[in-house]
Amino acid sequence: MKSTKSNKPSGKNPRNNQPATIAALLATPSELTGDAAGKCAIVLMTRIRLARNLAGHRFPGRATETQRATILETCRAALAATTPLKHAAQASIDELSELDRQILVERHLISRELSEAKNGSGVIISPDQTLSIMINEEDHLRLQVLRAGFQLKKAWAAIDTLDTTLEDYLDYAFSPTLGYLTACPTNLGTGLRASAMMHLPALVISSQMEKVVRAVNQLGLVVRGLFGEGSDASGSIFQISNQTTLGESEDTIIKRLGSVLHSIIEHELNARARLVENDAARLQDKIGRAYGILQHSHLLTSGEAMNLLSLVRLGADLGYFPETSRSLVDRLFIETQPGHIQHTSKTDLDPARRDTRRASHLRAEFATFPPPDFPRATDAKTQPDN
Amino acid sequence: MASPLKCDLCSKPATVHLTQIVNNKVHKIDLCEACAQAKGLTDPTGFSLSDLLLKASLNPENSEPGPRCEQCGFTQNDFKKTGRFGCPHCYETFKTLLGPMLDNMHKGTTHTGKIPQKALARKSLYDRLTTLELDLSEAIKTERYEDAARYRDEINQVKQAFGEKPAE
Repeated sequence: MKSTKSNKPSGKNPRNNQPATIAALLATPSELTGDAAGKCAIVLMTRIRLARNLAGHRFPGRATETQRATILETCRAALAATTPLKHAAQASIDELSELDRQILVERHLISRELSEAKNGSGVIISPDQTLSIMINEEDHLRLQVLRAGFQLKKAWAAIDTLDTTLEDYLDYAFSPTLGYLTACPTNLGTGLRASAMMHLPALVISSQMEKVVRAVNQLGLVVRGLFGEGSDASGSIFQISNQTTLGESEDTIIKRLGSVLHSIIEHELNARARLVENDAARLQDKIGRAYGILQHSHLLTSGEAMNLLSLVRLGADLGYFPETSRSLVDRLFIETQPGHIQHTSKTDLDPARRDTRRASHLRAEFATFPPPDFPRATDAKTQPDN
Repeated sequence: MASPLKCDLCSKPATVHLTQIVNNKVHKIDLCEACAQAKGLTDPTGFSLSDLLLKASLNPENSEPGPRCEQCGFTQNDFKKTGRFGCPHCYETFKTLLGPMLDNMHKGTTHTGKIPQKALARKSLYDRLTTLELDLSEAIKTERYEDAARYRDEINQVKQAFGEKPAE
């Protein structure tokens, strides 16, 4: 990563005096690890991306290395001229180490596909890490906005403005009947993919997730794991997004997604209420154990850490932990990913050593974390009188 | 007895049969165990039906050579293999192939969303300029000087709209 004028560095991570590489990004609280995180009980983050291509140029998958390099330069120049990206950090994918790329994937700033891209691909990230533009991924441009919490309207406004500004500099491949032309016809039309990352532990605990996935699919939306296609749903975190992009306006797509998200939120809240009402002992046992393991374990895989943190987040939503602890959990969701754990270590870690390090990081974070405050009434209800 | 169904992706005998209703349309997919697993079908959170439908509808086995894109050289088979196009012009080249697929894949087949107004306005000005310049050189060649003067004035107007300095 080259020059970046970053936000104020976080008090906890005073690494801003290191060379302005990924460390500069890590030292800066991102949208998902800073103050904005943890605001919303069920929707962790909202994301919208637009796929765009330049008229008269081959798509990246078909372009030669020279053609890709030309596209990269054209797009970079156009993007750097826009206000939100004036001080953005930018890098070519081939200049980044494997670890840097992994960290960007874990922060949802680039896709796995881009992290494995050929020469001539790049990324531009705004200082607050809410905008990230991938160049020469599957399409010439993937404009992405990312916001903590449930922010579909604000996210759309931000990406729509950036897209319109770019029209001053770039001629998009566009057909009046088919809309924005994309490498894959599944993105044709609006080129828009709007998604929300949802934390749905009660639906998972009460085995209702399969039913939800089926219902959501029938509405033309897709459910995926945390890191997109093929990833698992550890931490009970799911990505829900639109599947179709042609035949409806951006507004209609976003509104429909929004209304489905509201109804999923309602189902999750109902499932939580039922757990508290009918299965309090099991619920409190899960949350209490998660707290104990986070405070005392010495080996934790990232999957297990996600699941434990997920239960603490649920506990915070239910009032067993202070509400402010949600933002800690959201930060740790990212910081306990393998790339982030590796990054904080000076030496190369094998997976087992990473698990040790992850556990020690979590022990430190949870050392002063208050114990769960379970309501007495439910304790009494689930324990027989002596 | 009916012959066993073949996998839509690799033509081995299919053992996994998926029926899904998306946008009130019934989509059926038959897969062999290996492909079902490779596509993450056993994990309901991890697969994308649209991608699967796209690739299945493009089974390369029952295909003819078909057209070739004049701009990037992409063939119908390239598209069937990758599920991606080579360049924007491919949408024109493979129009007939694409039509029925879009119907299955999307809510509609016509774009009703955002339009890049500024870029389109620029393109129509540019197209106008190209036509006028051709007209001008034609008029000069055939010694129609009055027409030529008119074209030159129009060219200057278009250039001004572009923000360029008019020609002398």
